[in-house]
Amino acid sequence: MLLWRIVRHLAAIVGIVLLGGLLSATLVRLAPGFDADEHAFDPSLNAESVRALREARAGEHNILRFYAAYLRGALHGDLGTSHALGQPVQSLLQERWPVTLRVAGIGLLLGWLLASALAVSGCLWKRTAYDLFGTSLSGAFLCIPAAVLALLSVILNAPGYLAIALIVFPKIYRYARNLLATAYALPHITAARAKGLGEVRILFWHVLPVVAPQMIALAGITVSIALGASIPIESLCGLPGIGQLAWQAALARDLPLLVNVTVLVTLVTLLANSGADVMVHMLRPREA
Amino acid sequence: MNAARKVACVVLLAVCVVSLAADWLAPAGFAKQFREVPGSPPSHQHLLGTDEIGRDRFARVLYGTRISLLLAPAAALVSTFLAALVGGLAGYLGGIWLRLATSFTDLFLSLPWLFLLITVRALLPLNVSPLLSVMITFFILGLLGWAASARVLSTSADSLRNSDFVLQARASGLDGPRLFFVHVLPNLKPVLYAQFWISIPVFILSEANLGILGLGVAEPLPSWGSLLRELEGLVSFREEPWRMVPLVLLIVVLTSFQLALSNEELTA
Repeated sequence: MLLWRIVRHLAAIVGIVLLGGLLSATLVRLAPGFDADEHAFDPSLNAESVRALREARAGEHNILRFYAAYLRGALHGDLGTSHALGQPVQSLLQERWPVTLRVAGIGLLLGWLLASALAVSGCLWKRTAYDLFGTSLSGAFLCIPAAVLALLSVILNAPGYLAIALIVFPKIYRYARNLLATAYALPHITAARAKGLGEVRILFWHVLPVVAPQMIALAGITVSIALGASIPIESLCGLPGIGQLAWQAALARDLPLLVNVTVLVTLVTLLANSGADVMVHMLRPREA
Repeated sequence: MNAARKVACVVLLAVCVVSLAADWLAPAGFAKQFREVPGSPPSHQHLLGTDEIGRDRFARVLYGTRISLLLAPAAALVSTFLAALVGGLAGYLGGIWLRLATSFTDLFLSLPWLFLLITVRALLPLNVSPLLSVMITFFILGLLGWAASARVLSTSADSLRNSDFVLQARASGLDGPRLFFVHVLPNLKPVLYAQFWISIPVFILSEANLGILGLGVAEPLPSWGSLLRELEGLVSFREEPWRMVPLVLLIVVLTSFQLALSNEELTA
């Protein structure tokens, strides 16, 4: 059953990644100005060089042919060359991915720690003022655009991952708080308290197992939020990661780079969500 | 209606009225340059000072608020319409249509929203007239923002399809578009309204992100995104605190939206 679930997820991932790549390639191909090439106006190039450059790009005009060639190359580890940066896409992705992984990873960790600490302490402490503080804080951060948080982190000399943490924090806090409040209201928690169990034991043995599936599902979603936020944060904070690369590719209409970044981001998002789903399935109690 | 909700509605109404009165409150307009006082601090003539090229910041905030608050609901209307079309119809038809729509929606939702947004915005011409740039920005928001709402609507329409009154209507010989438009769609109205209201703050935030990244509304037209872009040159908060006014206003408006929407609407 679990194996079938994993296979189904993998098939869906392959299908969606292929479709996503084709969709982004089609969008770029249909964009106005696709045929324009700044090298055509470069006085240092002669007519023959311009013609050679134009011929090199001719294969990209037919979108299906371009995409088929891309897939063939990808299978052999060749992801093409970026027009705007003049470097192989594979090396660009290898160079940039660790930065995003580090920034988004630390940001996610901090966001989860902050949100979980506030949500758990709020449920244990049960003070209206404390609850109001948590709700207002998360509400305020929900209302600030990711790009503004990036700008504020530049002004305050704060690291980029802090901005990512503050972007994911309100979403995690609100969801976790509601889940924990519902779990603490369950009859078996009241029974555990009546039997004299300590709050720590109740939390780890009786509350967390109840909320774990939903929290794991949320963890998958927050990966997608953090990757999305990495675009303004890396662009505005000057961090050379995938987000900044996506931004540069979008502005320069760099087809090979844009398609690959799209595929990579979609792949990571889907893997995170599918991984979360498989884990939830594994944690679900088996029926007798 | 609780007190916080009432206050939020009053704040939203006040901001809308003041922004609509921009022509009277700031007759100089958002584009006029006072070249003798560029980058000046607040004064009687310019309540929030002037920007780097001498434009009155107060006027730009008022006009920017008007643009963002008028066009975000328009984008929400587009996205809700598309969501009703894709999600509502798929849920009503069920079977293969529902599975196809769900897969298509999943494809859309699996791409990070901001990533998709900057890609599509960058694909369209950037050097267009300011008015066209406003239309393009908000139309893209509406066009790409339907997926989450469609998911909710397809689930609601799917449950309605199997409800007793629809089964009875079918048994009475009603089918096709008449059943959908007369019996199913009116019952989807509460979900549609909720999705519409929820989408507005999302689009306001997205426009702000696009504006700061330089892919939003083109100059000289102001919007909250382009106004927030001014923060890029800020060195410290103490230096020119009045430049934070658009951000404070944005937070106040979005908080008011959150408070004005009931819990049922937020979770619909």
